[in-house]
Amino acid sequence: MKKFFIGFAVVSLLIAGVLSYFASGSPDGLDKTVEDTGIAEHAREHPFAGSTFADYAFGGDDRFTGLAGVLGVVVVLAVSFGLFWLLRKKSDAQKSDAQKSDAR
Amino acid sequence: MHMSDGLLNAPVSVAFLVVAAVGVGFALIKSRADLDDRTAPMAGLVATFIFAVQMINFPILPGASGHLLGGALAAILVGPYVGALCVTIVLVVQALLFADGGLTALGANVTNMALIGTATGFLVAVALRKVAERGKGGLAAVAFVSAFINTVVAATGFVVEYAIGGAGGVEIGKVALLMWGLHALIGIGEGLITAVTVTSVAAIRPDLVYLLRGTKKPLEVRS
Repeated sequence: MKKFFIGFAVVSLLIAGVLSYFASGSPDGLDKTVEDTGIAEHAREHPFAGSTFADYAFGGDDRFTGLAGVLGVVVVLAVSFGLFWLLRKKSDAQKSDAQKSDAR
Repeated sequence: MHMSDGLLNAPVSVAFLVVAAVGVGFALIKSRADLDDRTAPMAGLVATFIFAVQMINFPILPGASGHLLGGALAAILVGPYVGALCVTIVLVVQALLFADGGLTALGANVTNMALIGTATGFLVAVALRKVAERGKGGLAAVAFVSAFINTVVAATGFVVEYAIGGAGGVEIGKVALLMWGLHALIGIGEGLITAVTVTSVAAIRPDLVYLLRGTKKPLEVRS
């Protein structure tokens, strides 16, 4: 069971950390649509456009895309794992453990 | 499919922030029933995987690319409510940490990709569940079709939002035609990625595929 989860995490790290260098730089479907129709002229700059990891780079240098990707993987994993772990139904054994620790 | 700030006017942006908040709140409440010690880590990994794969823009035409949205993928693996939360977390991290997708546009982006995309992918997958239970080929076909439709319907979300209150007053037919044409192509990529991912998980851990839960006979998926 653990092997599967570790494998899944490693695959994500490799995709974000290595495969990301081979991603197409062309605009995606929505960006292409708003560029070709002129809607894009109304786009405002992102409030965090100057932040360290903006556009999956490091200080605007996209040689660090892989680093940004790894950071993103770590952050998404931490946030999502934390949220889902808190939301989950606890098994009966854990419930009684929790009650014991509450009583202390 | 992350829109920047300014493409939708302020009232529409705010309205969809409300829509997204209500939808995500509902998903938070409903997700509890689908999360336990086994599925919670899986859900975290699904969100992480979607983030990673969304970084990989694949070319669809000269000068245009697409990337996974992940709604159908998440819904098939962890269910519609947890799945919607997975995509939402990805979108929030992208907007805050990587300046990808506007902040006032976050409501519309969550509505399109996390709520509409995931719900659509799930409804199509459930409608075709009998096919998915037939084996690896059936599961791959269902994953492909539900992911393709999730992409095109999520793109329609933007068309509707733009029609209600988009900037620039571009003829809606033109916007719709471009969005649908491009996302039909992106949907093929979304379908392929989803089919490969779902069948890979099913080959190793069929018990972790939400869509196959409650299947009477254990699915034989061998690669």
